[in-house]
Amino acid sequence: MERVIIKQFTQQVNITDEVMARIGELTSHYPEGKQKSALLPVLHLVQDAHDNWLSVDLMDKVAEILQIKPIEVYEVATFYSMYNLKPVAKYKFEFCRTACCSIRGAEDLMDYTCSKLGVKEGEITPDGLFSVAGVECLGACGYAPMLQLGDFYHEHMTPEKIDELIENCKQGKVEFYSE
Amino acid sequence: MGKKILTEKINIPGIREYDVYRQNGGYKSVEKALKEMTPEQLVESVKASGLRGRGGAGFPVGMKWSFIDKKSGKPRHLLVNADESEPGTFKDRYLMEFIPHLLIEGAIVSSFALEANLSYIYIRGEYMFVFKILEKAIKEAYANGWLGKNILGTGYNLDLYVHCGAGAYICGEETAQIESLEGKRGNPRIKPPFPAVSGLWNEPTVVNNVESIASIPWITLNGGEEYAKIGIGRSTGTKLISASGHIKNPGVYEIEMGMTVDEFMNSDEYLGGMIDDRPLKALIPGGSSVQILPPQYIFKTANGDDRLMSYESWSDGGPVTGSSLGSGGFIVYNDTACIVRNTWNLSRFYHHESCGQCSPCREGTGWMEKILYRIEHGQGTEEDVDLLWDIQANIEGNTICPLGDAAAWPVAAAIRHFREEFEYHIRFPEKIKNRNHFREEPMEKVRQLLVK
Ligand SMILES: Cc1cc2nc3c(=O)[nH]c(=O)nc-3n(C[C@H](O)[C@H](O)[C@H](O)COP(=O)(O)O)c2cc1C
Ligand code: SF4
Ligand code: FES
Repeated sequence: MERVIIKQFTQQVNITDEVMARIGELTSHYPEGKQKSALLPVLHLVQDAHDNWLSVDLMDKVAEILQIKPIEVYEVATFYSMYNLKPVAKYKFEFCRTACCSIRGAEDLMDYTCSKLGVKEGEITPDGLFSVAGVECLGACGYAPMLQLGDFYHEHMTPEKIDELIENCKQGKVEFYSE
Repeated sequence: MGKKILTEKINIPGIREYDVYRQNGGYKSVEKALKEMTPEQLVESVKASGLRGRGGAGFPVGMKWSFIDKKSGKPRHLLVNADESEPGTFKDRYLMEFIPHLLIEGAIVSSFALEANLSYIYIRGEYMFVFKILEKAIKEAYANGWLGKNILGTGYNLDLYVHCGAGAYICGEETAQIESLEGKRGNPRIKPPFPAVSGLWNEPTVVNNVESIASIPWITLNGGEEYAKIGIGRSTGTKLISASGHIKNPGVYEIEMGMTVDEFMNSDEYLGGMIDDRPLKALIPGGSSVQILPPQYIFKTANGDDRLMSYESWSDGGPVTGSSLGSGGFIVYNDTACIVRNTWNLSRFYHHESCGQCSPCREGTGWMEKILYRIEHGQGTEEDVDLLWDIQANIEGNTICPLGDAAAWPVAAAIRHFREEFEYHIRFPEKIKNRNHFREEPMEKVRQLLVK
C-alpha cells in the first residue's frame, strides 16, 4: 500500500515539557552530532502524544527539534508502517494475518470483528472509536489468533474475547500504553 | 530433559528483576570476563564454542567477531538484532520479555570482547512492551554498576541503549538495521564493505541476534570447549525453537541440537503431536523464508536418514528435498491448510516488506503476489504456475540483500512439493471459493479429480 502524506489533515501540535525532556533523554543516547538517530523513537513519542498520528506540522516540528530537514522526517514516516499519517480510531484492532495466524483462523476472526463493529477493514466506526486492520507477523505466531491494541498484544483470541474487549474499550477499561 | 542454557532460569519467580537475577548467579560472566580475561581470549572462547548466529544465516559468531576492525582505532559497536519479524519466529521476544538481564549481560561481555564502548539493542517497534522491559532492566544495570564508566573498577566503559524500530521487516537485515539506527529508511547497503569494517556511522560494527548474544554468558563461564560438547557436528549448543501452527503445544522450546524431528514434534515434552490428531501436511522448519517440506522429507532425509534438529540435517538435500534450520521458526500445517493460500499469504508479506531498491525484488514480489492471488481466488490459468516458477527463479541471486531469495524460495518449494494443489485451484475454481475449503474437503478427498 502506498503510504502518502496528505496535507489537509491537520492537528494541534503541542510538545509539552515532559515530551521535550524525554526527547532530550532519547537524543542523549547517540553521540554528538548524531541526533538524527533518535528520529524513530522521537516519532513514536510525539505520535503517542498526538492522538496516535503524525501531521505535516508535527513532522516539521520534529525536524526543527532534531535540526534536520523536514524531508528527512517525511522519508522515514512514509517508510515505516507504524507511523500513521492521518487521524486514526482510538482503538485500532490490528490483527496479524500472516501465515501462522492465518491457518489458526485470523481472517475469520477479523471478519467477525468487522461485522460486529459494522465496518470494513480500514474503516473507522462513526463514533471514531474503532477500526480493524490486517497487519503482518507480530512475533506471536504460537499464540494465534492475536491482535495488537496500543502497546499490548491480545493473544489466543476468540469471538467471545473480542466481544469482551470491545465492551471494555467502550467502558474505557483497556490499557493502552505500557509504563 | 535436554540441556538448558538460555532458559534454565527463566521460570524462577521474579527473574525479570535485577535482584533476583543477580541472586541467581546473574552477571557473573561480566565479572569473569572483565577481571580475568582479555578480549582476545573471549573471542577465542567463542570461536571454540562453534556458536553459529541464531538470526537465521548461521554464520560462526566468533569468526565474525574476529573480523571487526580494531586497527583503525575508530569507535566500535555491538548491535544486538532484536527486530524479530520473520513469520514463525517469536523466540527472542521470549528471552527479552522474561529474562531481559541475560541479554544485557551477554551484550556487556560481547561488547568487551569487541572493545566496543557504545552498543545498542535494536528492537522492532511492535515490541513496545518488551522495549520498556529492556529499558527498565538497562537502568537497573546502570544503577548497579554493570554499565557506564569504569565498570567493576577495570577501566572499561560501556554505554548500552535500546532503540526501537517502527514496523519494517527489512530492518532485520543487518545493513538496513544500521541505516534505520541512523534515523533513515531501512534500505540495505551493498556489501562490501561489511559492517565489521564500516557499519554504524561508518564505524566498525558487529550485528548479532539476541539468542546469539544471550548464549555468551554461559560460554564465558563454562568455556567454549564445554559448549562445543553440546549438540551435534557443526551444530553446537542449544537452539530456541518457536513452534506454531497445527500442533498441540505451540510455544518456545530450548532444545539440544541433534534431537530427532520426530521426538520434537511428537513427544509430550515438546510439541505433543498434531491438534485433533489430524494428518500432517507440511512443515516450515526455520521461518517463512526457508523451504516448505511435505511429510516424506520431514522425519527422514531423501537418503532415509533420520532428520535431526540441526543446521546440517535440515539442509540435507538442498532446496530440492531439504530446507534450513533458519531462525528456528517451526510452522506446522495439517491437512486443513491450503498451500496455495499460504504461499499467496507469504508472497504478500514479502511484497509488503520489500524496500523497493532493486527491481527484481520490488517488481517480482508484486507479480508473484498478483499471480498467487489470482490462483487462490479461482482465476488462475495453467500457464500461471510456470510463470510463477520463472519469476521466482529470476529474483533469486539478483538482488542487493537476501530478502529477494527469501521471497523466492518458499514459492519454489511450494510449487515443487505441492503442485497438485495449484492445479486443483486452477481446474476447480468452484470448489475453492471458501477460504477454508480444505477443512471441508481435504486434498485426500479430492485428489482423484485431478486424474485426467
Ligand atoms: C530480510 C532479512 C531479515 C532479517 N531479519 C532478522 C531478524 O529479525 N533478526 C535477526 O537476528 N537477524 C535477521 N536477519 C539476519 C541479519 O541480517 C544478520 O545476519 C543477523 O542479525 C546476524 O546475527 P547472527 O549472526 O547472530 O545470527 C535478517 C536478514 C534478512 C535478509
Ligand atoms: S532485495 Fe528487496 S528488500 Fe533487499 S535491497 Fe533489494 S529491494 Fe530491498
Ligand atoms: S504469523 Fe501472526 S504473529 Fe507471526
